Amino acid sequence: MTFTEYFPIETFDALVIGAGGAGMRSALQLTEDGHKIAMISKVFPTRSHTVAAQGGVNAALGNVTPDKWEWHMYDTIKGSDFLGDQDAIEFMCREASEIVRELEHFGVPFSRLDNGKIYQRAFGGQSQNYGEEQAHRTCAAADRTGHAILHSLYQQNLRLGTTFYDEFYAVDLLKNQDEEINGVLVMNIHNGEYKILQSPHILLATGGAGQVFRNNTNASINTGDGLGMVLRAGYPLQDMEFWQFHPTGVSGKGMLISEAVRGEGGKLRNALGEAFMEKYAPRVKDLASRDVVARAIAIEVNEGRGCGPDKDYVLLDISHIPNEIITERLPGIREISQTFLGIDPVKEPIHVYPTCHYMMGGIPTNIEGQVVSPDQDGNQQPIKGLYAIGECACVSVHGANRLGGNSLLDIVVFGRKTARTIHETLQKEPPQTELKLNLTPVVNRLNRWLKKAEEGSTDTVTQIKKDLQLVMERGCGVFRDEPTMQKALVELDAIQARLEKVCISDFSNVFNLERLSAYELENLITIGYATVVSALARTESRGAHSRVDYTERDDDNWLKHTLYFQDNHKLTFKPVNLSPKHHAMVKPKPRVY
Amino acid sequence: MKFIISRYNPEIDQEPHEQTFELDNALLSSDSMLLDALHLLREQDSSLAYRSSCQEGVCGSDGINVNGKNRLSCVTSLSELGQTVTLRPLPGLPIIKDLIIDMTLFYKQYKAVKPYLETIPLDIEHEHLQTPEERAKLDGAYECIMCGCCSTSCPSFWWNPDQFAGPAALLAAKRFVVDSRDIKHIDRLKELDSPTQTFRCRHIQNCTDACPKGLSPSRAIQELKSIMVKDL
Repeated sequence: MTFTEYFPIETFDALVIGAGGAGMRSALQLTEDGHKIAMISKVFPTRSHTVAAQGGVNAALGNVTPDKWEWHMYDTIKGSDFLGDQDAIEFMCREASEIVRELEHFGVPFSRLDNGKIYQRAFGGQSQNYGEEQAHRTCAAADRTGHAILHSLYQQNLRLGTTFYDEFYAVDLLKNQDEEINGVLVMNIHNGEYKILQSPHILLATGGAGQVFRNNTNASINTGDGLGMVLRAGYPLQDMEFWQFHPTGVSGKGMLISEAVRGEGGKLRNALGEAFMEKYAPRVKDLASRDVVARAIAIEVNEGRGCGPDKDYVLLDISHIPNEIITERLPGIREISQTFLGIDPVKEPIHVYPTCHYMMGGIPTNIEGQVVSPDQDGNQQPIKGLYAIGECACVSVHGANRLGGNSLLDIVVFGRKTARTIHETLQKEPPQTELKLNLTPVVNRLNRWLKKAEEGSTDTVTQIKKDLQLVMERGCGVFRDEPTMQKALVELDAIQARLEKVCISDFSNVFNLERLSAYELENLITIGYATVVSALARTESRGAHSRVDYTERDDDNWLKHTLYFQDNHKLTFKPVNLSPKHHAMVKPKPRVY
Repeated sequence: MKFIISRYNPEIDQEPHEQTFELDNALLSSDSMLLDALHLLREQDSSLAYRSSCQEGVCGSDGINVNGKNRLSCVTSLSELGQTVTLRPLPGLPIIKDLIIDMTLFYKQYKAVKPYLETIPLDIEHEHLQTPEERAKLDGAYECIMCGCCSTSCPSFWWNPDQFAGPAALLAAKRFVVDSRDIKHIDRLKELDSPTQTFRCRHIQNCTDACPKGLSPSRAIQELKSIMVKDL
């Protein structure tokens, strides 16, 4: 069989693709505003990766230490190594207190202080009064804050009756005869049937793509599906060289050990027993920004002070923290440590090493959540009908390095904001008449995976994915330089050539997970290219992008965002926004902790 | 290691059948999880179907029946399982394919207990106050990951998955009954005070034994009964 250009069609006011915290917050708003929407998710909503967020969500509530949104804004800009857009960061930090209280009203079971208010813990890169004393800004539900938020948002969506398409996979964006985005082709994973969901407003909330690296904290579903769709539609990705390597992943495996452990007093130690962060960040030590701590650990290990038979990890020591604090505030961490390392952190330190955690780059958007792309004169223009939020988007509030506790904030702030943008547009515009969609590219793509393997070919989608992850880890990890990245680029070409040849062997229709991983692999490889090409171009070190051959930040040449296009791997650039509306600009200066 | 796995492809098979796979021990290490083994088996047979996502026991995707017990594959160490491992889908719900079940009824029962906080509307400048003691009442209930290991080990749920809420949904119900912020306390208790809801539970405690997060739905249901006696 082959696919022809006929699929059943359903129409909606708006589509939300991805049921993590960002998508779920948007869907809630759009449903509440009375719109006919569909929430499309490749897994049952509470399986989305927001569920794994541990430490908390930042807001200057001031429940524990004095706080102001202005200080939060300053810390976020400094944390971003000045690449974050200051108007967007300002907006997010101003919204934070209200949106966290709104989450509390939705039922999130935040931990509490004795006075009944929301508990806030210390996290890396947070200060009072523009860089002075440590702030306690991260609102936490023990060390399961993401789970608590995701489940509460799902529950509120159940209350309002949001329409869910669970276990549906979004294959590609569809354009109409005017080259405008006007629908999505989706596959029902339960039976392999495809259908067109048509809508004038499509919101991508598809999450990150940490699966592009071998060692990562991400769920296996984090394959950057929204990013692949956007690149294939001809639009760019922004700042893809910036990947956060979380300092404390379970050594050799990658599961996340929350920054909350250090926030509650945990100390990193090397094989000599030294609390080595004192060398790298004399003032704030273990609570420096994540990029700083990740590099410090990598240096300790590279210089031979790692622990274990292969000297390939460091220790995270919490043995001095009282048992009841660990039981009350870090129960999930204790469970992960016992399950995956066989270590009870109450008695023995946890073995940790940096692991790929978060994608600062993504689909470029403005504060309204509209996807933007440069026109012929280089001006950023919104793409009609296309929106992106959460980790898949780059608005950019995280710049070159995200602060812990800011991603849960990002998803709810821009989730709500973008739903409001869509609501306002829907009120102004008359309902759309049905338009003809161009299905040729996506039909070719579907048919390509119906090919049968040639005699003797043994390559598989799984093997290509493993090789891709290894290429990315070796070629574009915590430390980078020109020769290793050039080599990675050559290896990516070989992987791309294999992708074009490989065939799947399962042609069934019900839960065909091989076909699903083939679609996902196409997305991952495009993300690999976007990362390496952008990282090669940026000849400076900034935030999470550490070049051994260009060790300094270079504001004269590189205080700008990278835009990567799939066509010929073209790069263009756009300026960083330095014009917040309610606060003076935070001037770039050397970043020390 | 030997794996005996229940296979069922609705496009070909009339009913499920067993297939035996061998996995070279050299591919495994002392700290491999069952999910690692499943991934390796899928390299042998790409049509082998099972759900998984977070790989660390928080998303609840990968509940399966392992040597007769419901567990999450990603946090089940292979070293506990012996040289022959028998894998079946979670029992009591329809099978979609291989180890993947149709959880529609399970989710329907969850939704039916109205698992969402209902409060007096509060202005956005304030949070509801809750003491640490009031908050502590949610511990052991809010952490549920909806994997279904408990409800699909419950004989009462096997008999009437369309009528009986089952342990997971009742655990969710209890989470809202004891939340000091919720204003529907009595309404919730009245709806739960029924032979098909709370009182269908016979405290066999398979649910508590099965819960991969160490929660006790059985105790939660017992507490619901006590609260009904006190408050209704």
